[in-house]
Parts: sequence; structure tokens; C-alpha cells
Amino acid sequence: MAKKGWKRPKMTGKRFKNQLLSVIGNPFNMIVFFTLILLFITIIIPLLSMVQNTFVVAKSELRNIPGAKVGDYTLWYWKYLLASPLTKTILWVPLRNSLIIGAFVTVFSVPLGALMAWLMVRTDIPAKGLLSALILIPYMIPSWCKALSWMTIFRNPSMGGNGVLSSLGIPVPDALASGFIPIILVMTLHYYAFSYIMASGALRSINSELEEMGEIQGASKAQILKSITLPLILPSILSATIMTISKSIGTYGVAARLGGNNPDGTPFYVLATRMKDFINNSPKGVGYAMSILMILLAAGTIIVNQRLIGTRKSYATIGGKGTRSNLIPLRGAKWPMTIVIVLFLVAAMVMPVFFLVMESFQIVPGGGYGLDNLTLYAWIGELQNAPNPAFNQSGLFRNSEFGRALLNTVKLSLIASLITAVFGQFFGYITTRGRGKWYGNAVEQLIFIPYLMPGVAFSAIYFAMFSQPRLGGLIPSLYGTFLLILIVSIVKHFPFASRSGSSNMMQISVELEEAATINGAGFWRRIGSIVIPLAKNGFLSGFLLSFISIAKELDLIAILMTPKNYTLSFLAFDYSKEAMPQVADAICIVIIVFILVTNQIADRFGGNVSKSM
Amino acid sequence: MSKIVLSHIDKFYGENHVLRDINLTIEDGDFMTLLGPSGCGKTTTLRVVSGLEKPQHGTMTIDDKPIIDADAAFYEAPSKRGLNLVFQSYALWPHMTVFQNVAFGLKIKKMKKAEIEETVMRALKTMRIEEYRDRYPNELSGGQQQRVAIARAIASSPKLLLLDEPLSNLDARLRIDMRAELKRLHKETGTTIIYVTHDQVEALTMSTKIALFKEGEISQIDTPLGLYTNPIDLQAADFIGNPRINFIDAKGVYNGDTLSVTSEFGTYVFAHETLKLDEEIPEGEEFECVLGLRPEMVDIYTEDPHHKNTVAAKVYANQPAGSETLITLTVGSVEFLAIQVGLVEYDMNQEVFVVLHPGRMNVYNKKTGRLIKFAKTKHKAGVDD
Repeated sequence: MAKKGWKRPKMTGKRFKNQLLSVIGNPFNMIVFFTLILLFITIIIPLLSMVQNTFVVAKSELRNIPGAKVGDYTLWYWKYLLASPLTKTILWVPLRNSLIIGAFVTVFSVPLGALMAWLMVRTDIPAKGLLSALILIPYMIPSWCKALSWMTIFRNPSMGGNGVLSSLGIPVPDALASGFIPIILVMTLHYYAFSYIMASGALRSINSELEEMGEIQGASKAQILKSITLPLILPSILSATIMTISKSIGTYGVAARLGGNNPDGTPFYVLATRMKDFINNSPKGVGYAMSILMILLAAGTIIVNQRLIGTRKSYATIGGKGTRSNLIPLRGAKWPMTIVIVLFLVAAMVMPVFFLVMESFQIVPGGGYGLDNLTLYAWIGELQNAPNPAFNQSGLFRNSEFGRALLNTVKLSLIASLITAVFGQFFGYITTRGRGKWYGNAVEQLIFIPYLMPGVAFSAIYFAMFSQPRLGGLIPSLYGTFLLILIVSIVKHFPFASRSGSSNMMQISVELEEAATINGAGFWRRIGSIVIPLAKNGFLSGFLLSFISIAKELDLIAILMTPKNYTLSFLAFDYSKEAMPQVADAICIVIIVFILVTNQIADRFGGNVSKSM
Repeated sequence: MSKIVLSHIDKFYGENHVLRDINLTIEDGDFMTLLGPSGCGKTTTLRVVSGLEKPQHGTMTIDDKPIIDADAAFYEAPSKRGLNLVFQSYALWPHMTVFQNVAFGLKIKKMKKAEIEETVMRALKTMRIEEYRDRYPNELSGGQQQRVAIARAIASSPKLLLLDEPLSNLDARLRIDMRAELKRLHKETGTTIIYVTHDQVEALTMSTKIALFKEGEISQIDTPLGLYTNPIDLQAADFIGNPRINFIDAKGVYNGDTLSVTSEFGTYVFAHETLKLDEEIPEGEEFECVLGLRPEMVDIYTEDPHHKNTVAAKVYANQPAGSETLITLTVGSVEFLAIQVGLVEYDMNQEVFVVLHPGRMNVYNKKTGRLIKFAKTKHKAGVDD
């Protein structure tokens, strides 16, 4: 269209001065500049540093690599992982286990979530208001809490004690106590949320006129479902599938609790647990190499997803008019379908919480619920009065470790979510105002990186970077400090915070800011008087949701934990390994109550748990 | 005093050349309308003037003070240009009351509290919305929001007021009210106004001058009357006027002095002084041209009026619309539209006599599409032309 392209005028001193002044004098440019630097330092450098660590000899391997000096270049770690006699046990078996778990979790949870979404959105299922208020609560219960709860029921002597069933004299086979089945079922009861949230979003956006048109053309209900509804929500189902695979492969806490032993007595490993063992013990380089593989695996699936969906996604969200849908009558299937959902809620919400609560009152876990086996010890008991000689801890509220962990949790969640939420708003501001510009895209891409990484692999990166002094001692070793855990929690939550920030900023039209510019408001004035007041509620809900997410986090911080910094999640996880699961159960309950209450508050400010995926 | 001069403004979005060599002078006190279909660059021009967009090439001055010098990368900050802008969406800050919205810019100027109160109330009174001072924008109707947006813009007494399609979100009746309001505002304050619209009625009724935009260029700058009577090319003629102008194919011969044009209506000879001689007019040979005939210039008689420019015509269709009647007529193979005030009844295929006024017609060179003969801008009743 252009008759002639624009030719850049000759650079004169005056032109250069004016351009420089306008770039430097604009605080927005400075913010973009520092954001890019920040993201580079917190994401790119640690990632590169971990890659580098897999190629450099560390002190602990000196005896394994004859003639090598610390810092030498080596392929030993990768060879150890990929081409050694141990490869099968340390890589292929855990990888196979992870893939099996991922596949089954997906096969179970995606149809479950999609079915429930369809029932809740498109049909006249009874008690819809109540059910839809409850249906995402199981997702808010941390997955490792559900794992603990599974153990309260299915624990058997080979897992170190009795659960409800074995105490009633019902023998529990090892396959139900630990290994694939419990891991897959517990994860299914957690990750159904992805397909539920995505499918219900897609279903809600489908104009019912599309289905009615099919009806006018003479299609039956089943044909409509098959040829119109399903294809329209397929992209989001596919997305949910990929996310479920990626998440379930990367999950650490559930597998660590329920892995148990293989039939031959060796520990049952998945990638995440195997990797953590390498990093906490040795050789660390192998652990780093494994976490690179995990990142590639997770990133690969998500990128495949974007490729597949990218172009088709657009039609899954047909908005506009006529979104008022006519509900499909379930007729005879009404009550059976309601029962399916109620059963799900019982299995995923009622039972886990009930048995956690009950076990927290028991003297001997799995010792039945007779009065003689009930106590408040796990909550308020003192060690010298312990009713069970196996107890080695005071009850929760008399336990200094609990107090410290509670304090740590509140401190970590509060500071980290506050910082993430503030950064998130800035990132959102940059990405929405810079949409289509190079810096907007750059920030968007960089922020997406932590999303591609399983939490346990992400913290491995930071462990690699900061477990030794850096920059010639300028940055001391941060391992064991609260600061390191804080940084990891902040950076890992960047993608989510920035998403909530940009959806928030999208609602503030650029013209509102331009009107202020014309009236003489500078950048900071605009931010202070226009953007912040309008972004307040979105900011608050974003803050509360990251607060919840950080408070229940286990996978992310497991590698970096030292006793001084234990959070509630990690404390519960740690206690559950001991002979006294009651205190761990009690902590779980505290966390669940805490999450539900915070979520209620977030809800007030328009927050929604579905945004925190 | 504020005279705005834009010269050689070019604006690119990436490869897209959205403003092409815009030259525009706006005199002090003008009500300058930038008119054109959507996507023609009029809003971008307004945003360049306001300082929200930076053109890659060109200069702009306000009262001879440099505001934009693209070659030196100099762009004066929007707030230092002494102007204010009313957005199409109004852009009222939803978290501020009407009073706070209007007071915002004054507070930034560090005006004293009492003075702010007085200035805001004056602006609200001018727009007749003082009773809504403590309401929030979402508690107001569209028309009231519009008034708040204008009040906010005039509160700082800008030398230059920019309005970006301000009436497009209002319903038809409110639009007419607001047109009157804006015209009064212009008269009362004497502020120079630049007004962007795609609605020719708004442009014709309110402006002192109109700049007609076409694909990122200005094709014509004229008074509303000048633009209406003598659109510079066929596209402009087609765009301005409702119902549309009639185009009648004709053959022209220019002998260096007069232009004679032959069509189904007969042959007209136009005097030398009515011709637009800076345009391409082939001399001494027959060339294709187009007559431009406004529907209201056609007089219809049921009996022969014995006027020298009478032609017999046939009624093809008749559309009475209350205040006016549209009549489609045919003369030979030519079909054209006429408009008459009030309700008039004609039968289909009725034979009538039409009187045409060649002096009030435009002639365009078909090849270049440009105007080559002016229509008279003024004509007295009863005078033959």
C-alpha cells in the first residue's frame, strides 16, 4: 500500500538527544528494561547454570572420575544417566512409571472432568448451585493431603502400620496400599480439575443456538453431542489432556508418599522422586540432568499442545450474543448422574477430610474409633503425657516446630504472594500495553518458562545455582536460607501472577490512561490515580490466589528445605514419614481450613480458583 | 489565539502507511471537521495533534511554536500543548465521581481548592449537568456521560478542543441535541475545535471547515457549503449528500474557451469562468465526462413550464417519507433521483416535465475523476441558471 517506505532521517545530534531523552525520560521504558533484566537473572541464568552443572565435575565425584579436577568439563553425569549399567534402574524404570501414571491419570481424569463439566453447564441436573459450589473444593485440598488421607484408610503393615481397613481385619493388598493404583487414583481425584475447568469454560462459551440449529436440521440429542458440541470443546479437552499428562508426570509429593516399595523390596521411583534423591544425595549432576529431561518432557508436551490448539483455539470461545443456553433435560439419567457427582464428592472431598480428622484423634492409627483409642493428643498433648510410647512429638499446638512452621508458612506466603502479585500487575501491564511489540512478546515468553517446569525440577535449578557461592563470593551460598525459598516461590508463580495481572489490565482501557495523559498526568500519576484504583480488586484476588497456592506448595520447596525453614506443608510431609501420622493429619486439616477460608475471601474480590491453574 | 499548522505529516504502523503527507492549517476559532469513512486516518490525525501518536515525518506548530519536529525526534508532551480531547468511548474514570473526573486535570495543575471547585462547577453548568456532580459514571445515561466527558475537556479552558466521534454512541435524538450543544459551546467559548466524524450531517451542520479524508490523504479542504456544492472528485461527491448525488454520463468538448457537454438532457455550454482550469481538460477533442446533479436541484412539473431547460421525464418510482418525497425519474436511458419537500403523489410511469439548472451542476472528467466545472454556490429563487 505504501507508495514509498519510510526512510529513517539522518541522525543528527539534536535528534539523538531528543530520542535518548524520550526513551530515558519515560518511566515505562525503564520498567520494561528492569523487568527484562530481572527475568533474565531469575530465569535464564539459573537455567543455564544448571545445564552447565551437568557438564562440570563437582567435588563429590572426584573419586568416581579418575584424574579429574573440580571444574573440569565432563560428560560423566550424562553418561551415568543415559548410558551406564544403572540407566535402566535410574532412568528407564522411573520414566516408565511416570509415563504409566501420567497415561492412566489422564485416561481417568479427563473424561471425569469433562462429563462433570457437561452435566453442570449444559444439563438440568438437580441442586446445581450447591454442586457447582462444591465441585472444585477437592482441587483445593493439596494432593499430598489426599495422599496422606489415602494412607489413613489403606495403610497396611508393609507401609509401617494399620489404616482403617486393616484395623477392621480387612486385609489390604500391597497394590492398594502403595504403588501405581493409589498414586493414579489420588492424582485423578486432583487433576480432574483441569478438564473440568477448561471444558466448562468452553461449554459456557458455546452458543446454544448452534445446538438448536442442529436440532432444526433434524439431529438427535446424541448426534448433536457428537457432531456439534464435542468438536467445539475438543480443543480445550485436548489442552486439558496435555496439561494433565504434564502435571501428573511432574508431581512429587503424591508419589513420594504413596510410592512405597516394589514387590522385590526396592523403592518405587518415578522421575520426580528419583531426581530428588540424586539431588539431596549424590551425584547431584545426575539429578540436574534428570531435571533437564523432566523440563524437556513437560515443555515438549505443552508446546505440542500449543501447536495443536493454536490455530483452532479461536473457535472454541465463540462469544457474543445468545449465550443464554437452553438446558438439556437428562430425564431418566437425572438421578444416576447426580449420584455419580455425589459419589465423586464423597471420594474426593468428604472421605479424605473425614478420615484425616478422625485419625488425628486416634492414639494408635488404625486402632479403631473406640473411646479408649481417642485423644486430643495430636492437637494439644504434651510429650511427657503421651498416651502412646511411639509418640515422639508434642501435639500440634504445644509443638514449637508447628509454631515455627506456621510462622514460616505465613511469612513465606505473605511476602512471596505480595511480591508476585505486584510483579504480576507490572508484567500484565507490560504485556497488555506492549502487545505486538517486541518487549511485550519478550516478557510474555520469558514469564512462560517457569510454567513449563515441574515444581521439583524448577527448584533443582535454583539449588544448582545457589548451593555454592557465586560471582566469586559476592553472592553467598543461599542453600538453607529463607531467601532462597522465597525467591523460588516468587519466580515459580510469575506465570500465574502475570496472567492474572494481564487479565486485570486488559479491563482498564488504554483510553482511560490517555485521557489522564492529556490532562497532564505523568506515568506514576497515571499508575497511582487511574491504574491502581481500578486494578485493586483484581490485584487482591490475584494476591489471595497466589497466597493459597504458595501456602500449600510442597513439590516446589521440597529440595530446598532445611529444618529451620520448614513450612506447614513440609512439616506435615516430614511427620507423615514417622510413626506418628496423627500430627501430620492435624497439620493437613489446618492447611485445608486455611485454604478454604482464604478462598472464600478471594471469592469476595472476584477471585476464582479456576484462574490459579 | 491558536493557529495549528500540520505540514507533511507521515505516519506508519509497521509497513502500513496510514497518514500520507498531511498538510492542514486550522485557523484560530475554526470548527474544523475531519470527515471520511472509517479507516481513512482521521482519528490518527487527531491523535497526532493531541500527542498520543508520534508521526515519523513532518512538523506541527501551534501559534508558530514548534510542537512536532519528527526529523529531530522532537514531540512536545500532550499536556504541554494546551489542548484537551474527548474520546469516542468518553474514557471517564469509573472510580471517580463526575466532580473528581472533571477536577483531575486541574488538581494536576496544582490549582487551589476553591478555584477548582469554581472551575469544575462552571464546566458542569455549561454542560447542564451540575446536579450529577457526586454521581459515578456508571450511574449516568450515555448522553449524560457524554456531557461529563466534554465538561472534563473544557474545564481546563484549552485553546484547542479535540473531539473524536463524540456522538457516535448516542441515539439519533440525543445526537441532534448534542449537535446544537456543541455548536453553542463553540460560539460561547471561541475555542478552536477539531472534530472527527464519519457522519456528513454532523460535519455539514457544525463545522466552519471540513477536511475530507480518503485513504490516509486529505482530498479536499473547504467550507461545508463549498464541499457540498463542489466536491473535488467523484468519490467525494458520492460520499457527501444524502440522498446521493446523481451521476449522468456525458460527452464533453472543450474549445479552449467554453465547455459543451452533451447528455440525454441535451447540450449545455459552460462559460470559461466556471471551469476549473488547473485540472486536466482535453482540448479540441471529445472526452467522457460525468454530470453531477443533486436531487434537490431537480424541479418537477406536471405541466410544461416553458422553461428553456425543460426535459420530458417519466416517473419510475415514488417514495413518500413524510417531510420529503423521493422520486426516481427516467429520461431516455438515464435514471436519476429527485427530492421534493412534503408529501407529493405521482403515479408510476406518469409523464412529467423536469427543469434542470445546468449552472448548479458539477462536471467531472471521467478519466481522472476530478471536478472540472464548478457549480454555483449561491442562486436566487426565480433566476434562471
